[in-house]
Amino acid sequence: MSETPIVQVRHLQKQFGAGCPHCLDKESVYLEKNYCTSCGTVHAVRDVSFDLYPGEVLGIVGESGSGKSTMLQGLYFDGDMTAGEVYINQPGLAGHNVLTLSSQQKRYIRNNVYGMVYQNPVHGLKMNFSSIGNIAEKMIAAGNRHVGSMEKRGEELLKNVHIPLRRRKEEPQNFSGGMQQRVQIAKALSNNPPILFLDEVTTGLDLSVQASVLDLIKQIQRELQISMVVVSHDLAVIRMLADRSIVMLNGEIIENGLTDQILEDPQHEYTQQLVYSLL
Amino acid sequence: MSILEVNGLGKAFTIHHLNKTIPAVDEIQFSINAGEFLGIMGKSGSGKSTILKSIYRTYLPDAGQIMYDSNQFGNIDLIQASEREIIFLRKNEIGYVSQFLNVMPRTTCRELVQNALLEMGETRETARIEAEKALTHFEMDSSLWNSYPNTFSGGEKLRLNIAMATVKKPRLLLLDEPTASLDQQSKWKVREIIEKLKEQGTTLVGIFHDIEFMEGLCDKVFDMKTNEMSVSLEGVTHEG
Repeated sequence: MSETPIVQVRHLQKQFGAGCPHCLDKESVYLEKNYCTSCGTVHAVRDVSFDLYPGEVLGIVGESGSGKSTMLQGLYFDGDMTAGEVYINQPGLAGHNVLTLSSQQKRYIRNNVYGMVYQNPVHGLKMNFSSIGNIAEKMIAAGNRHVGSMEKRGEELLKNVHIPLRRRKEEPQNFSGGMQQRVQIAKALSNNPPILFLDEVTTGLDLSVQASVLDLIKQIQRELQISMVVVSHDLAVIRMLADRSIVMLNGEIIENGLTDQILEDPQHEYTQQLVYSLL
Repeated sequence: MSILEVNGLGKAFTIHHLNKTIPAVDEIQFSINAGEFLGIMGKSGSGKSTILKSIYRTYLPDAGQIMYDSNQFGNIDLIQASEREIIFLRKNEIGYVSQFLNVMPRTTCRELVQNALLEMGETRETARIEAEKALTHFEMDSSLWNSYPNTFSGGEKLRLNIAMATVKKPRLLLLDEPTASLDQQSKWKVREIIEKLKEQGTTLVGIFHDIEFMEGLCDKVFDMKTNEMSVSLEGVTHEG
């Protein structure tokens, strides 16, 4: 099947520390998980490569500290990566390693091509702005100046994520965790981004709220055909959302495949442990 | 013209924490023509499901070929196919039903069947009509249509499961003991739908414990005990 990925990630690398000859070798005895005992460098993301295809949900699973979030933050330009290449197949961007673009160009991508939903809504929302103001902020950042159209779009988005319109002027700090998460999703979707990153979006939410957020994400995928990267340590969440998944450990991809294959026929020792631990 | 040809299929599971490799199936060989029903017979643990899951690529086989004649891709080895190709085939050509229902929480019975169709690109209106037809056929009480399957009885969950898979009218349908815990009447409903699918040209590979159920329905039988295919149920018992 000849299909062009919408995002191609190649040899992504992120280390905290300078590194030393000892820890450049992945098999080095100085490495304790992803920490170098010789120079103190943490190799948060090591040589990560993958493709994201149009309209698909790609799951990324792994334990805390496996590098999932660091990688996602790198893709969203929240933090600089040490090395690697990211290509986005969108008009005007094809063929450029977006990690090397100017900060102005990166801002354009963040505002128009990417959407991000953080685990902690504090990172994605201004808690003391109104909910609709939060959404408008993202649209203004993308160059929209028409108050009427922004208000209309904001209301439509809030309705889609099941926030009662009478509460649109309220600040997210008054909202429950699940509602905050839904405002965040509305904000992330405001400029119709073709690519959406979701970082542990259901973690810490009670089951019933989790179900409504999952349902919302699935609906967005079905109706808007947005490509998504869903990071979660919760295999059940990944099973519900993702067709394909990647398993990370100590900053590296140790296994990837169809999600049901990873859950029913895990190949790597760590993935097997993970699956045995499923409730 | 065979639509599915399995050649020398082998699968073993490596269990790291036991440092052990457990063989599941070896040298499996059979083929089915379009529109036929192949029944796989054998006792528990003989590897029947392993074969179905290898075809659906829930398991990664170690050896052999599974050649499938796809509408979209032509002749394709399901073992070597890319993940994206498999995902496409699962959405559009190959269905799988087990006895377990695994669905999005807080999605109603009706929405689940509709979503299966929407994912294939059907229109909202078609999806609604076809979903209602399927639910009616399986005698799902209409009072259940707008409720959530988590609290359904075993039989209701199963019927929903089968409705979700068959409503898409797959070219190839894999049936992994979907009737295991159904009463006679419900089994009969499943049989009716299978007969209808066969009429429409669907190819089926199925595991059933119930020989009576298979009778007159399958065209060929693969016996796990002898590793051979035959054209009748005679001499085959699942106690093997």
